[in-house]
Amino acid sequence: MADKHKHVDDISGVETTGHEWDGIRELNNPIPRWWVYTFYATIVWAIGHAIAYPSWPLLTESTKGLLGYSSRAVVTAELANAKAAQAGNAERIASSPIEDIMADPELKQFAISAGASAFKVNCAPCHGSGAAGGKGFPNLNDNDWLWGGNPKEIYQTIAHGIRYDGDEETRVSEMPAFADMLTPDEMRATAAYVLSLTATPSNPALVELGKQLFADNCASCHGADAKGSREVGAPNLADAIWLKGEGEQAITDQMRSPKHGVMPGWVNRVGDPVVKDLAIFVHSLGGGE
Amino acid sequence: MHYQPAQKAGSMERLEARPISAARVGRPLYEKRRKIFPKRAEGRFRRFKWLVMLVTLSIYYLTPWIRWDRSAHAPDQAVLVDLAARRFYFFFIEIWPQEFFFVAGLLVMAGFGLFLVTSAVGRAWCGYACPQTVWVDLFLVVERFIEGDRLARMRLDAGSWTFDKVCKRFAKHAIWLVIGVATGGAWIFYFADAPTLMKSFVALEAEPVAYMTVATLTATTYLFGGLMREQVCTYMCPWPRIQAAMLDENSLVVTYNDWRGERRTRHAKRAAALGEVVGDCVDCNACVAVCPMGIDIRDGQQLECITCALCIDACDGVMDKLGRERGLISYATLSDYSANMALATNNGAIPIDPRRVRDGNGVFVEGIRDFDWRIIFRRRVILYFGIWALVGLGMLYALVSRDRLELNVLHDRNPQYVVESDGSVRNGYVLKLLNMIPEPRRITLSLDGMPSARVRIAGQAPGDGQSFSVAVDPDKVTSFKIFVTLPKESLVEAQSGFSFRAEDPSSHERDVYRTKFIQPGTAK
Ligand code: SF4
Ligand code: SF4
Repeated sequence: MADKHKHVDDISGVETTGHEWDGIRELNNPIPRWWVYTFYATIVWAIGHAIAYPSWPLLTESTKGLLGYSSRAVVTAELANAKAAQAGNAERIASSPIEDIMADPELKQFAISAGASAFKVNCAPCHGSGAAGGKGFPNLNDNDWLWGGNPKEIYQTIAHGIRYDGDEETRVSEMPAFADMLTPDEMRATAAYVLSLTATPSNPALVELGKQLFADNCASCHGADAKGSREVGAPNLADAIWLKGEGEQAITDQMRSPKHGVMPGWVNRVGDPVVKDLAIFVHSLGGGE
Repeated sequence: MHYQPAQKAGSMERLEARPISAARVGRPLYEKRRKIFPKRAEGRFRRFKWLVMLVTLSIYYLTPWIRWDRSAHAPDQAVLVDLAARRFYFFFIEIWPQEFFFVAGLLVMAGFGLFLVTSAVGRAWCGYACPQTVWVDLFLVVERFIEGDRLARMRLDAGSWTFDKVCKRFAKHAIWLVIGVATGGAWIFYFADAPTLMKSFVALEAEPVAYMTVATLTATTYLFGGLMREQVCTYMCPWPRIQAAMLDENSLVVTYNDWRGERRTRHAKRAAALGEVVGDCVDCNACVAVCPMGIDIRDGQQLECITCALCIDACDGVMDKLGRERGLISYATLSDYSANMALATNNGAIPIDPRRVRDGNGVFVEGIRDFDWRIIFRRRVILYFGIWALVGLGMLYALVSRDRLELNVLHDRNPQYVVESDGSVRNGYVLKLLNMIPEPRRITLSLDGMPSARVRIAGQAPGDGQSFSVAVDPDKVTSFKIFVTLPKESLVEAQSGFSFRAEDPSSHERDVYRTKFIQPGTAK
């Protein structure tokens, strides 16, 4: 190399490297040798790293590396640690009745957090990720409860489900289809009366007749005041919440051929402690009693 | 090794000192570092540098040990970066992560401060205050103490590995490493309670990260201060490049005044006897020998020069001995220098003629320009100072007017509202109360703008409906879920939103957060 750069720059008196671009020559102000060694050191480091750690991609996986490091193993270990850290609380939840859990703020908070994540996995498909439900799927945030809204009752509902074939303790109720028992006009009149409890029906003249029909046909389940009955899961018809849709048409439809939602029982799927978590979480959403 | 014993030039000791930048041709593409053996300098700049070194090193090593009483709920260390709790303490100031802009502001000020200093007095940062300069100085003190001054060190370095040399080298490197450990050690004390950490560190019970940090900083201190020295300034640091761009013809730089120095000669008396005209420089190389960067300032202003002014001290000493005026090497601006050069060379028409700058009595002629302090107050300096001061004042204002009680409100996203069975509408919020003082407090929270609304904390019985009071921990964020319910007939109240008001009843500190209330038909 040395013999190549003999040209000396006129102005600075510094030798050039011999490289020339369009008449411009690069002065040879040498970079320090340690700089080059540092560069070599990074290469050596890279080789060492490639041997010690997973690096070279193969067809289905990569080379393992001598140290046997794997980010997946790290995550697994972290998860195991997290599980171990939760063990104490989880055991206490498993062994305590739900009232005791509710009375212990720390345990309750733990149950709410655990319930929130179990809810996302198991319940959100029907009730929505915010537990706000939808038509035919109850909103769990409000204070309207078909089967009761204290933690114990909620636990019972979640554990054994509603109209669920796979569980003998499941909650059962069935509204008869009134298509065979009432004429369409009578059903319309009944719907007008039900609506009149919270709003103004389209034809107020029908309300008087509907009231009579309601007392004869519906009051046995929904109550004389139409406020429903939790014994049989009969909804409150005198409040602002409509599970199967709002308005006279929706009420008439439900009378003619009732739709019944089914909820599976969860205790056999997720186990008793998780159902406790879920019950306490649902109770905490704001409508719990 | 390139050195020869001292010779005598008249009465002047002459040093054989070859600057590292001397070679221009025949250099390889990658070059071995040339060893530099800076000689001890004496003079006013050296004294000033000792002072700066004392002050800066004291600040660095001692600051973590200053105590500052805050309260039982906060650390009593004056300067502390508490990474785990995400707090930064600086005497009476406590900074939370969201107030990090204060630190950003300080960095902006540091940046403009450097611009300011550089445009006013040149590379003063490099020469006096940069940690690299200060620590190299410290390491050189050790080196001189053990191995002696320049000549002795050169001899030792060139000599064979005798027992004496091994001992000296061992002692030197050992002390350097101790300084390195102390430097790294001081650093970690900024991040934890210093006395506690000191105890656990010595007992080998501190966190591994503490030992790793100390080890890393020991290594860098030893490497940069002891082994690499001028290489760091010349090759690794970007700052010299940036500063070079900030110098103009009125910036102070260390300058060899060749208009009075040339023609330099080692044989001034002989030349005078022969009637030759020579300059003040006796070519004693004292300036090269003291230079920590190993350069010759007489080659002109160069990238390597950190303007430590040690060559000024060295040359002033020589001029004193020769009975000439000081300032052959001096802080000068390019414009003064050029004017004087023009005078000495008759505007470049002739080579430097020292007779043109002195009258018959050897006194400088009228036209010789000296440094005028007023040149510092020029437009760019004032501008930099203005920006620097503005940022500082802005931060000061932000500091004295900042809140120590803050309320943040997050509206529930899913569901956005809930209709209750009586037709009333409920909205959920997460309230975050930031109590930024190290004292526990009771804070009253109230609704403003929805008189019919009722508020309750989740999981608790409703209070009076419009307000409630909560206990907040010292120096912490307390967050809790609340529900606000508006009766069906009053939903119109929610149209223009409402506010949460947090107030400390004892100090009347307060924060207000405006938010909205979502109901069927307004949800998005
Ligand atoms: S500039 Fe001053 S210190 Fe440097 S060689 Fe000349 S006389 Fe000596
Ligand atoms: S040339 Fe002078 S001012 Fe510059 S680094 Fe060397 S001794 Fe310091």
